[in-house]
Amino acid sequence: MEAGPRSAIRAPAPVFLNRLGLKLRQPQVILGLLLAMVLAGLVAVPFFQMVHDTAVWQEADRRIVRTAEPGAWTLFHYKRVFASPLSVNIFYRPLLHSLATSLAISSLAMLIGTLMAWLVVRTDMPFKKTIGVFAVIPYVLPSYTLALAWLDFFKNERVGGAVGIFSYLFGVSPPDWLAYGFVPIVITLSLHYYPFTYLLVSGALVSIDSSLEESGEVLGASRLRILRRITLPLVLPALISAFILTFSRAVGTFGTPYFLGAPVRYFTLATTIYTSIVNRTPAVAYIGALVLILISMIIIYMNQKVIGEKSFVTIAGKGLSRRPTALGPWRWPALIGAAALISLAVFVPLLLLLWQTLMLYPNDYSPGNLTLHYWIGASQPALAEGESGILRNSLILGAAWNSIRLSVIVALITGIMGILIGYAVVKGRKTKLAAVLEQESFLPYLIPSIAFGAIYLSLFSRSIGPLPALYGTFILLVLVCVAKNLPFSARSGISSMLQVAGELEEAGMMAGASWFRRFRRIILPLTLAGSLSGFILAFIATMRELSLIILLITPETRTLTTMTFRYVEQGYSQFADAIILLIVVLVVGGEFLARRIGKREMM
Amino acid sequence: MALIEIEGLTKRFGAVTAVSGLSLSVEAGEFLTLLGPSGCGKTTVLRMIAGLEIPDDGEIRIGGRTVFSFRRGLFVSPGERGVGLVFQSYALWPHMSVRQNLAFGLETRKAAPEEIKRRIAEALAYMRLEEMENRYPQQMSGGQQQRVALARMLVARPGVFLMDEPLSNLDAKLRIEMRAEIKRLHREVQATTVYVTHDQTEALTLSSRVAIMDRGRLVQVAPPREIYRRPGSLFVADFIGSPTINLIPGRIVRKEEGVFFAGDALSLPAPALAAQVGAEVTAAVRPEDIRIEPGESGGAARGDVYAVLPAGAETIIQVRREGRVFNVRVMGDASLEIGERVCMHFLPEAAVFFHRESGIRIDERRE
Repeated sequence: MEAGPRSAIRAPAPVFLNRLGLKLRQPQVILGLLLAMVLAGLVAVPFFQMVHDTAVWQEADRRIVRTAEPGAWTLFHYKRVFASPLSVNIFYRPLLHSLATSLAISSLAMLIGTLMAWLVVRTDMPFKKTIGVFAVIPYVLPSYTLALAWLDFFKNERVGGAVGIFSYLFGVSPPDWLAYGFVPIVITLSLHYYPFTYLLVSGALVSIDSSLEESGEVLGASRLRILRRITLPLVLPALISAFILTFSRAVGTFGTPYFLGAPVRYFTLATTIYTSIVNRTPAVAYIGALVLILISMIIIYMNQKVIGEKSFVTIAGKGLSRRPTALGPWRWPALIGAAALISLAVFVPLLLLLWQTLMLYPNDYSPGNLTLHYWIGASQPALAEGESGILRNSLILGAAWNSIRLSVIVALITGIMGILIGYAVVKGRKTKLAAVLEQESFLPYLIPSIAFGAIYLSLFSRSIGPLPALYGTFILLVLVCVAKNLPFSARSGISSMLQVAGELEEAGMMAGASWFRRFRRIILPLTLAGSLSGFILAFIATMRELSLIILLITPETRTLTTMTFRYVEQGYSQFADAIILLIVVLVVGGEFLARRIGKREMM
Repeated sequence: MALIEIEGLTKRFGAVTAVSGLSLSVEAGEFLTLLGPSGCGKTTVLRMIAGLEIPDDGEIRIGGRTVFSFRRGLFVSPGERGVGLVFQSYALWPHMSVRQNLAFGLETRKAAPEEIKRRIAEALAYMRLEEMENRYPQQMSGGQQQRVALARMLVARPGVFLMDEPLSNLDAKLRIEMRAEIKRLHREVQATTVYVTHDQTEALTLSSRVAIMDRGRLVQVAPPREIYRRPGSLFVADFIGSPTINLIPGRIVRKEEGVFFAGDALSLPAPALAAQVGAEVTAAVRPEDIRIEPGESGGAARGDVYAVLPAGAETIIQVRREGRVFNVRVMGDASLEIGERVCMHFLPEAAVFFHRESGIRIDERRE
């Protein structure tokens, strides 16, 4: 051993330690590290566990392959999914269906949303303010509301049970292509998702000063040319964002494709994942989830590539000079069209559902058949196997309590985490830690809901170290919903934190206040109002969440959404529809309440 | 012993070195201003004294106590340094009334309620804000907010006042008013003050000493008058003074009559620079050190009037001579026409000389 070179490197150690020690004096560094670890635990670890599970033998595989050795490495599942006689049915056809429906949904939603945005923002259509308010409602409803309403209307004899109003009215049974599969999936989900485009494009349109277009007019450009050369390029980033957002949501959604597709065996990747889990071939489901994640990532990567930084269009715009386009004789037809569309997306389906819940016997649309039995009726053995009306049914009330509990807890946790992430990111601006944290909080966004559920199923169905298996617990539902909603609450946390100048907190430091005191007395009061939308969004999203939790629910942890699912499967559309209406009431009520509280806090 | 002692202070933001190896001491009761162009690191120095920024090297002592030492890994948090800070944006908490803003720090430090009440009343009275107690910051004018910010610093009775461009958000008239207010405050409270500004008039009128910074380094620390009359370097000469000082490149030569500065468009006697004969230098002459007369009298430097800029109490006249424009300041109005021939008289020993290469002052000027 030579002593010389060793002693030469003695000096840097304390300096390095000092630097580290001083770094750790900053609360945003400690907080950032903590949050980065929590996020890694919530997202990265489960993800890698799932990837691992696709490449090892599962316990369930013994039924298929006798030599299977649970835990040992194998490419069996990949071969099964990608290159076996089963591949077409369990992978290629569902993939094709997923891509086809998502593409069609995004295009149609974009068309509707853009048209609606243009009418509301840039024309002299009457009542455009009111239309503007109502135009966002479809997104507040659970995504499969329309699917259930569609079934109530178009259901034919194919799956047995009562048929829909269509048959009753016209005496003919609607063809399969109209009742189930591609067409209804695309129509119902487009009507559900168009508000994305509407919000993004109207935001972009509002922020365009119409003097830009007017100067085009002054220069003698034709209307078409102005639209093509001036308006379109300015709105394009919003359009692309909307398309991507819709696509990545549509490709991972489970409820609607299942309700409308399963009866005719029209499966998408999302529904295949579910059936694979039910059929106890989880590895197949996980590979499907990986493919979904891959699709989602490619799409979002393309989005970043094409429009780069502009991908997030500021929705809040200043009131710039704007001269509405005169619609002339088309003013009223435009209003009627817009109102009709919103009615079809919101009011008609809700009324249809309501009516359905009031019918004692399905398929009898006479007034004499109306009843409140499915809402408040006591158990009658002759009806629905003796289940009582939903408002006195302990099963459903339990589910409602679970839903409310889950949504409130998730909203609170994600909201607070969003503020904390916002704090660590904004205070640590330009440091590596802040950048890592910001990107990490965005990760769940890349993972489609159903795949996210699959990931959690794979990790938490067994015990990890001292942690017992969380499968079947309420905590697991909280975890998965918190993780999935983080991208939005982190974003709103960051933006509301940006509004609170760093000096306001520093003034608190000068006053000698500890971090907790500064956070409670200065940061929290000032960011809460700005983060409220994050809370509300998480609440709504959790309240109507089905795709994310369907794989993780057990009878004890059932929620309203999973109860709906169960009743649809059993063919009790009255119960299913009544629960949907209950969810709608809770969502709207919750949002109203949150805004009231938020306003009072602001005063 | 100095109240604040700074040694070898360094701060880097990523690849950018904002402050490098800065050493400075501030005497008790002194009003020291950090002055420099934007981005020179002056605010960073102030924030490091306050403890809001953690330095990458060096040591800071306040009142004999070490509050930061990189070598020892020591860092005292801002609230425990006994310093008060007025922020550029005032940083008044918008969700608290004036009273709550003032009480926050005292409550944090668990002062007795009567004590809090007494101190707030005192500070409000001192800043003439008695009526404002229950107002919220956004209901007040800029000048009032500024006074609340000062009052908030005062209630804590810090040993050192730190102020970060406190007047930059005020309009010109209020700024002069608040400048007087701050000067009064310093005189009456006798607190050591470190003040950051990029406004040289503010620095020259308020300070007992001015520390000029350039690209993260201290270039000169001296009383205002010395900074103005005897700038230590070309950078300081050029930075201080409005209109800017006249800079003339040239060299020191020996003639029969003595040692001279021979520059473009100008020649000046420079008897004190005999040792520098042959050196490439830049001469700097303040605009008020030049007198002008109409006509072509004597052997002085002749030129044409290029522009006349009246500014009320004084008039700036730009004179062009051999392609070079000189700024000349005269009191009151000047009845000169554009294009008129004038001659400039340079006051004896008015010029300061700097080495062209290094920018360092070389002359020995007698006052």
